[in-house]
Amino acid sequence: MGIDFIYPEYEVRRDPIRCINCNACVKQCSHGVHQTDEKSGGLMADDSKCVNCQRCVSFCPTRAIKIVKSDCAPLGNMNWRQRTVHEIYKQAGTGGVLLSSMGSPKDMPVYWDRLLLNASQVTNPPIDPLREPMETRVFLGQRPERVQRKPDGSLDTSLPPMVELSMPVMFSAMSYGSISYNAHEALARASEELGILYNTGEGGLHEDLYRYGANTIVQVASGRFGVHERYLNAGAAIEIKMGQGAKPGIGGHLPGTKIVGDVSRTRMIPEGSDAISPAPHHDIYSIEDLRQLVLSIKEVTEYKKPVIVKVAAVHNIAAIASGIARSGADIIAIDGFRGGTGAAPTRIRDNVGIPIELALAAVDQRLRDEGIRGRVTLVAGGSIRSAADVVKAVALGADACYIATAAMLSMGCHLCHTCQTGRCAWGIATQDPELVKRLDPDMAAKRLVNLMTAWRHEIKELMGGMGINSVEALKGNRLMLRGIGLTQKELDILGVKHAGE
Amino acid sequence: MEIEGQVRIPSGCAIAAAISREGCGMPGSIVSEAMRPMHERSNGLGGGFAGYGIYPEYRDFYALHMFFDCRDTRKTCEAFLKESFELVQSELIPTRKIPSITGEPIIWRYFVSPLPSVLKSLQLDEKEFVARTVMRINAGMDGAFVFSSGKNMGAFKAVGYPEDVGEFYCLEEYSGYAWTAHGRYPTNTPGWWGGAHPFTLLDWSVVHNGEISSYDANRRYMEMFGYKCTLQTDTEVITYMMDYLLRVQGLTLEEAASVIAAPFWSTIDCKTDTADREKHVFLRKMFPSLLVTGPFSIVLGFTGGLMALNDRLKLRSMVVGEKDDRVFIASEEAAIRVMEPDAENIWAPAGGQPVIIRVKEGAY
Amino acid sequence: METINIEGLGYREINEKLRGTPGCRLAGCRGQRFIGAGMGHGALIIDGVPGNALGAYLNGGSITVMGNAQDAVGDTMNAGEIIVHGSIGDAAGYAMRGGRILVKGDAGYRAGIHMKAYEDKVPAMVIGGSAGSFLGEYQAGGIIIVLAISGGRPVGNFPCTGMHGGKMLIRGDCGDIVFPDQVTARPAEKGDLEAVSEHIRDFCETFGYSMDEILKSPFTIITPDSKNPYKQMYVMN
Repeated sequence: MGIDFIYPEYEVRRDPIRCINCNACVKQCSHGVHQTDEKSGGLMADDSKCVNCQRCVSFCPTRAIKIVKSDCAPLGNMNWRQRTVHEIYKQAGTGGVLLSSMGSPKDMPVYWDRLLLNASQVTNPPIDPLREPMETRVFLGQRPERVQRKPDGSLDTSLPPMVELSMPVMFSAMSYGSISYNAHEALARASEELGILYNTGEGGLHEDLYRYGANTIVQVASGRFGVHERYLNAGAAIEIKMGQGAKPGIGGHLPGTKIVGDVSRTRMIPEGSDAISPAPHHDIYSIEDLRQLVLSIKEVTEYKKPVIVKVAAVHNIAAIASGIARSGADIIAIDGFRGGTGAAPTRIRDNVGIPIELALAAVDQRLRDEGIRGRVTLVAGGSIRSAADVVKAVALGADACYIATAAMLSMGCHLCHTCQTGRCAWGIATQDPELVKRLDPDMAAKRLVNLMTAWRHEIKELMGGMGINSVEALKGNRLMLRGIGLTQKELDILGVKHAGE
Repeated sequence: MEIEGQVRIPSGCAIAAAISREGCGMPGSIVSEAMRPMHERSNGLGGGFAGYGIYPEYRDFYALHMFFDCRDTRKTCEAFLKESFELVQSELIPTRKIPSITGEPIIWRYFVSPLPSVLKSLQLDEKEFVARTVMRINAGMDGAFVFSSGKNMGAFKAVGYPEDVGEFYCLEEYSGYAWTAHGRYPTNTPGWWGGAHPFTLLDWSVVHNGEISSYDANRRYMEMFGYKCTLQTDTEVITYMMDYLLRVQGLTLEEAASVIAAPFWSTIDCKTDTADREKHVFLRKMFPSLLVTGPFSIVLGFTGGLMALNDRLKLRSMVVGEKDDRVFIASEEAAIRVMEPDAENIWAPAGGQPVIIRVKEGAY
Repeated sequence: METINIEGLGYREINEKLRGTPGCRLAGCRGQRFIGAGMGHGALIIDGVPGNALGAYLNGGSITVMGNAQDAVGDTMNAGEIIVHGSIGDAAGYAMRGGRILVKGDAGYRAGIHMKAYEDKVPAMVIGGSAGSFLGEYQAGGIIIVLAISGGRPVGNFPCTGMHGGKMLIRGDCGDIVFPDQVTARPAEKGDLEAVSEHIRDFCETFGYSMDEILKSPFTIITPDSKNPYKQMYVMN
């Protein structure tokens, strides 16, 4: 109370006529909002603790609860917005760096929504995906520049290692520690069923999940948690994390409170000890050092696995990607600035990096200008929200997309932006055993499979409309895109014409 | 108004081709006459032909067929060519005035050979150098356009109906062992003659029917390797793809056909011949961006043969027939019956199944 | 022991030769990287200068370098031992989780950066000469020992920044060295030295020094105050 008081952002409204005092809300709330009043026996709510995760709303059997945005008169003005004022109060009270989670909520341009897709009319036919073959299979990896022949003249069909995806989507890196074991298991099982890959993130690979190796990307980040020879050889591909769209230029920091039990074992660090990932890999201070790490990983995996280098989309991304393509890496993953995170300093998340659409377009074109686009594959991530976003990303030049927030939403995430508290009421971004239990891996895997199955149908329908029956012919096919409401500069960077042109 | 090259113009078409396996000469009129029954498939905005074996006296020289907008452009271009080529012949391509063909540019041909000293200093083989020169002129020299650049072959094209274009170019006076023909149905007026078919590069020529849906994926991939799609047409990019796959990558015709009209994965996965399956998997993994989707039927001309190919869904019509040593290909059977009323074995190739006809060794 | 001349060979060929051999001596080494990457057993002896990332992800066995080694020795090493009879470059033992690195001479910048420990895996690095700046940056576990045998300043600037686990022993009183706030530096007691004596003993035996001589000088021990050095830094937003 007093100088630091901030009126709660949300209010819990309980309809006393509908409420049957069943206490479901008390049991479900992981933030301690709902309590039974000892005197009256009725239910009380401490609005100040509410994060709007909607858990109580979803589990109230009589629909007696709703969460509403507080209507306390907002502070500030058009320049000093209420959020800005509140942030200043928090920092003035604590001296702390603001810490947020999930992708930036800021109203920055979403170029996917400013791109429109084509369809065939008269001059060539659309294809009906329900009745004719429609291919979504893609391969990620490096391609040689020239076909080789054996002494008998037949084709030498050996190729560098590639991973096969049944559709151009993968689940991107979310570490065990930042999300729960059940969430990881659901991602692994869904990937196996779908014929795609999920990504361990930087927290190592739980012993019980090694059996999903063929559908796993193992990540190596600057903290090298849980990284050893067996781990590197466990997956279908290895990803070197250089950066993340939500927090370019900084490392990671999983607080010791989350390093418990199996998380500690999997990361191979003691319980309670902070897991600090430095901002850089300390063996990479220059592009030629990246080549050193890529090739050291290839040595230890005997050149049997493709190596992905993941970078955040930053200003000079085209040149950076070009350097990566020449580093021996097989796959470049670019993460745009709207990408999600379990925790990132607010200022970094909301101010550093560039949108994935512009980064992807610039990188694809640069690699083509240099004649090396065929050598590497390109994966785009950072807020891919739907099948339409996937199709647009592929048409801009991506071989495949990484999704994480959409995957979490399908498992029950309600986007309350409080992963950093570790109190996720939906059992995803938490290590509290009682909360983890709430996420049923069977159900979560099923919902992930449902989501991807639906997207695959939609991808096929969108492609069919364009008269394209293989995703290969969509890749980089920018004539299938038109911009709407974009400046000439934006169109030039995206390499697309304006609608009507 | 924008002319073709500044704007992409989709088109439909008619195609026809004839070849003698014995390498016997046929007049070019054989295919231009064949276009008459398919008149409805064209709209008078483009027609053209490619003939093989038509310049035996200059068989060791590249025949550059060119359009120029004016004399000055021709002089500039000729000076440019002389820097790196020996020019053994330079002349107007003979044409006859007919009322239905108007607005012609200067239509010229050179028979040239790259100077060995130039090739040596650039460390390029002859074909690569010629291809690069063609790209350089077509992309960089306003008013000049090379529309044919092979040896002992040539393309002839114009805005008009194909049968008129054949008459305009006096094709009955040329004798070739293989001919392809094209009548075009562009959606809007191309504005000049460059966009008519065939498209050629070196000895390759392509006539094509259908608007492909993979165009920009194919184009952007090919432009990595120095090809410049200045006309923005499907046929142009398919021609360059064939050059890349066959000449640069050294694929066989069958392998190249399996890249651009790849069997579906479901078909490949079911193949019991392991080597065959591995080959198709390899080609799709190696060249995913050269898959062509959407409707097309093409006839590829090359020194010593023709290859006909349909898209893998067979969205366009194409029939093949033969008589004695001659094989005929056309969008419609009627066209074959004009070329050879007694044609036999009329059949329609399946989608993605290449039909390759070669002239016997030594006869071309 | 078999000797293989690796002059002119690439690292890929070298590691292919090494896989499955019980051990060998490599002659003519000149800058080839990744030697022994991921190696699980066997003994390697290297004449010449091995390239960067020597023994990366080392998982067992031993690598002995008769001269100097370059950058990123023992990167992300998990077990085994690397012995260097000369000096080593920068970022030695980056993120090492187990095993041991013994260096007779000096170490470059950022030695032992992000060294960690887990259960029975307690990595150690003994530097006979002096270490460059940022020694033990982010150290999260394990033991770093600097003996400064040749005298002079034992470490450069900014040692132990971000240290939140493990310990560091530096021979000398470290009076002129500034340590960050979140660690405690104090004179080492007998027990502190006894706890690491096997490493010092092995170092002395390997390189021919007298352990008694070395232990005559005082040591300083540095340990972190917290496993959570940045806990107070953030405010939930």
